[in-house]
Amino acid sequence: MMKRWRFVKRLAPLMAMMVLVLAACGRSDLSTLNPQGPVAEEQFGLMKLAIGIMLIVIVAVFAISLFVIIRFRRRPGDKTIPKQVEGNHKLEIIWTVIPIIMLIILGVPTVQSVFNLAKDYSKDPEAVQVIVTSHQYWWEFEYPAYGIKTAQELIIPKGKTISITAKSADVLHSFWIPSLAGKIDTNPGANVNKMYFSAPKEGVYLGKCAELCGPSHGLMDFKVKSVDESSFDRWVAALKEPVALPSDPAIAKAFESKCLSCHAVGDLGGPAYPNLTGIGSRETVGGILVNTDDPQYSNEGSVYDNLHRWIKNPDEVKPGNQMGKIEDLTEQEIEGIAKYLSELKLNYEQ
Amino acid sequence: MDWLTTVDHKKIGILYMIAGGFFFLVGGLEAILIRVQLWKPLNNFVSADTYNELLTMHGTTMIFLAAMPLLFALMNAVIPLQIGARDVAFPFVNSLGFWTFLFGGILLNVSWFTGGAPDAGWTSYAPLAGTTYNGDHGVDYYVLGLQIAGIGTLIGGINFLVTIINMRAPGMTFMRMPMFTWAAFITSALILFAFPALAVGLAALMFDRLFDANFFDPSGGGNAVLWEHIFWIFGHPEVYILILPAFGVISEVISTFSRKRLFGYSSMVFATILIGFLGFMVWAHHMFTVGLGPVANALFSIATMLIAVPTGIKIFNWLFTMWGGSIKFTTANLFAVGFIPTFVMGGVTGVMLAAAPADFQYHDSYFVVAHFHYVIVGGLVLGIFSGLHYWWPKMFGRMLNETLGKLTFWTFFIGFHLTFFIQHFLGLLGMPRRIWTYLDGLGFNEMNMISTVGAFLMGFGTIFFLLNVVITAFKPQNAPADPWEDGRTLEWTIPSPPPEYNFAQTPLVRGYDAYWKEKTDGHKGMTPAEPIGPIHMPSPSILPFFMGFGLFIAGLGFMYAKDWGNLFGSFKSGYALGIVGLLILFGCMFLRSVIDDHGFHIEEEEILRDMGGKA
Repeated sequence: MMKRWRFVKRLAPLMAMMVLVLAACGRSDLSTLNPQGPVAEEQFGLMKLAIGIMLIVIVAVFAISLFVIIRFRRRPGDKTIPKQVEGNHKLEIIWTVIPIIMLIILGVPTVQSVFNLAKDYSKDPEAVQVIVTSHQYWWEFEYPAYGIKTAQELIIPKGKTISITAKSADVLHSFWIPSLAGKIDTNPGANVNKMYFSAPKEGVYLGKCAELCGPSHGLMDFKVKSVDESSFDRWVAALKEPVALPSDPAIAKAFESKCLSCHAVGDLGGPAYPNLTGIGSRETVGGILVNTDDPQYSNEGSVYDNLHRWIKNPDEVKPGNQMGKIEDLTEQEIEGIAKYLSELKLNYEQ
Repeated sequence: MDWLTTVDHKKIGILYMIAGGFFFLVGGLEAILIRVQLWKPLNNFVSADTYNELLTMHGTTMIFLAAMPLLFALMNAVIPLQIGARDVAFPFVNSLGFWTFLFGGILLNVSWFTGGAPDAGWTSYAPLAGTTYNGDHGVDYYVLGLQIAGIGTLIGGINFLVTIINMRAPGMTFMRMPMFTWAAFITSALILFAFPALAVGLAALMFDRLFDANFFDPSGGGNAVLWEHIFWIFGHPEVYILILPAFGVISEVISTFSRKRLFGYSSMVFATILIGFLGFMVWAHHMFTVGLGPVANALFSIATMLIAVPTGIKIFNWLFTMWGGSIKFTTANLFAVGFIPTFVMGGVTGVMLAAAPADFQYHDSYFVVAHFHYVIVGGLVLGIFSGLHYWWPKMFGRMLNETLGKLTFWTFFIGFHLTFFIQHFLGLLGMPRRIWTYLDGLGFNEMNMISTVGAFLMGFGTIFFLLNVVITAFKPQNAPADPWEDGRTLEWTIPSPPPEYNFAQTPLVRGYDAYWKEKTDGHKGMTPAEPIGPIHMPSPSILPFFMGFGLFIAGLGFMYAKDWGNLFGSFKSGYALGIVGLLILFGCMFLRSVIDDHGFHIEEEEILRDMGGKA
C-alpha cells in the first residue's frame, strides 16, 4: 500500500506539469486552452477536470499493460499451461465501482455547468443583444437595441454580457469563438439558438464556423473585437452616420450600380449581403485576408491590396461564395472601388 | 463463375474480404490525399470542391464499404465454425447480402466518374445535402448507393441472428459461446434495430432530392434537425456495430496467445449486452451544440459517460486475461495488445466529449477527428488486422509471414499514433474539422505536417500487409488444423481450410472453450454428436448477383430521370431504365420462389475420403 502511494506522489508533479503545459498552449486569441473569458474558463475548468481523471485511467491501464507484457511474456520453448482462471468477482466489482465514482466526480460539475451555460440573457436589459445570422460564407451581426447591422466583425464592449441569438439564412453553420466561448449551431427555420459570453479584456478574438457548410467552410472566419465602453458607443454612433459615395463620379456610378444592389454603406444600398460600412477599419477582408502593413503570409496585405484582390476575383479567395466574379468591372473601377472602400473607416478607438 | 454463384459462407467471407479490402484501399487513398492537402497552410493541391468530395467519400467508404464488410468477412469466415454449424441459416440470403453491398458500393463510387462525388460530409446534413445547395447528382449517389448497400448489411445481420440462435452445436449454450460469436450476435441485433432508421432517413432524403419532397427543407416546412436525429439514431449504434466485433476478436486473440481462458467471461457477456443497449440511448451526444436545451444535454451527457463502465470492465478483463498467462507475441497478438492502450485513449476522449459544456469547445474540431479515429482505426482497424492475421490460416490454409506481419504492425501502429495523437491538440488549439485549408500563422502548421507524415506511414503499413498476402498466396496450402497450437474454440478442430461442409460430424460441446476442454481432458478432438452420414448442402445460385445488379440499374435510372430525355411521348427514359432494373430484381425473386431447389448431398464416401486424406 505504501508503495502505491509513493507512485501517486511521483505522478502528481508530472500531472501538475501537464496542466501547466496545457494552460499555456496556443494563441491566446484562438486556443481553447488559453481562455480569455468566463464562459471559456468554465469550459476549460471542466476540460481540465476531465483530462485529469482520464490521465489517471490511462496511466493505470498503461502501467498494468506494460507490467503484464513484460512480466508474462512466453519464454522460448515454454510448454507450461498457466492456471485457467475464471474470473474474480472482487476485482470485477472494483473495476465497475471505481469508474462509476470517477464518472460521478465528472458528472456532477458537468450537469451544473450545462445549466449554468444555458442561462438566458435575451431579456436582460444589462446585456448587449446580438442577432447572429450565418450565411455561406459570412457572418451578419445585428444589434436590435441600436438598430445597426454589420458583418464579419463583432464589436463588443468589454466586460459586458453578450447575449447571442443565432440562426442561419441558408445551411447549417456553427458559431465558435474558441478563446471566449464554445460553439452553438446556427440552424435554418425555426430552431433559433441562444448563448452568452463576455470578454473582460480588450482585444481581437478569432471566430470560426465549425459546421461543414460547403466548399469555403474552412474559410468562414470572423473576428470578435472587445473595446472599452465609450469606444463601443462611438462605434455604434459612427455606424449610423451617412456615408459619402466615391468622389470620382465614374467610380461612384460603378459602385452604386454594381455594389450597392447587394451591399450597404451607411444608409445607402441593399441589406442582402455584408454591410460595408467601416470596412476599411476592420481587421480583415472577407474574414481571412488579414489587413496589415507588414504582410508575412499569402493571406495578408494592406487593406487596399486585400480589397482589390477580393473584388477582382472573390472565388479565388473563397471558392463557391455567392458574390462571384463581377464580370463587367473594369480594372480602373476595381482599383477605384478598392481605394474608396479602404478609406471607409470608422474612427471609434481613441 | 464459381465465385459469382457461391452460397458457401467461407467463400462469401473471402468475397467480403476482397471487396472490403479494395474499398479500404480506396478510402485510404482518399485519406492520403486529404492529408497531402493539409500538410501545409493555404495549400492548393486539390480544390475546395474536390476536398469536400474526398472527405465525404473517405468517411462513407471507410464506414460502410470497408469496415463493415471486413467485419462481415470475419463473421462469415468464423461464426459458423465457432458454433459448430455447417453454414449460416440462410445461405442464399447471405450471398444476396454480399452482392447488394458490392453493387451499392460500386454505385457510390461511380459518382467519381460522372461529374462529382457526394460532398456534404458522411453525415450529409440537410439542407446542405438538399437540392437547393447541392444541385448535382453527388448526394443522389450517396442516398441510393447507401440504400442498396444497407439492404445487404441488414439482411446479413438478420442472418447472423438466426444462425447464432438456431444453429449452435449440441451442448453449446449461450453461456458457452465464444466471445467473438457473442459480439457478432449483439452486433447483429444492433444492425437489426439501427439500419432501418438509416433506411428511413435515406428514403426521406431520397424523396427530398428526387421527388421534391420537403422532409428536411426548412423553406418548405421541413426540419433540418430532424435529419440529424434520424441519422444519429442510426449513426451512434453504428459505432458499436463496428467496435463490438473488434472486441470479440481481441477477446479470442488475447486468450489464445496468453494460453488462458478469458478472464470474467460472464461479465464480458454482460458488458457487451450493456454496451449494445446503451449504444441506442446516447445518439444526441452528437448534437450537444444543436440547441436541445439543458435537460436533454444533461441526460445525454450522463448516459454517454455510463458507457465507460462496461467498456472499462472489458479492458480490465483483457488485461487480467494476460495476467499470469504465457503471452506469445505473434503479429495477431501484437495487434491485439496494441489495441488495448490505443482503444483506452480513444475511450477516455469519448468520456471527455460526453461532458456537454466542454463539448461546446471540442465539437466539430480536430479533437473529435482524433477521438473517433482512435476508436475506429485504433480500435476497429487494429482489431480487423488482428483477426485477419489470426484466422488467415483457417481461411486459406496458409500462414502469413510473421516478419512482414510485424513490420506491418509497427509501421501502421507508429504511423497511426503520429497521425492522430497530435490532432487532439490541433482541435484544442482551435482548428475546426472538415476544413479544406487553414491560414498561415495560426500555429497549426507543424502539427499538420507531422500528421501527414504519420498518414504516409500507415499507408506503408498497409502496403506491407498486401505484400504479405501476395507472398503468402504463392506458398503451399499446408497450415495445420490448429496452427497456433493453443486454439481453444471449435474452428481449430477442423482442417485449414475447412471442407465445404465444415464439420464431418457435428461436435458435442461439453463446456466453455470447447476444444481447449477436450485437449486438457486428454482427448485428441471433439466427441461427435452424430454418426457420419450424407450431408445436405444448398445449391449455388446466380440470382443474388442479378438481384444486386438490378438494384444498381434501378438506382442509376431513377437518379438521372430528370436529366435524360423522353421515351415514347412524355415518359422519361430514366424511369424506364429504373423499371427495367426493378423488373430484374423482382424477376429474380419470382424465379427464386417458383424454382423448386432441394440442394444436394455430399455422400458418406466422400466425407470419409476427406477425413482419411487430411488426417
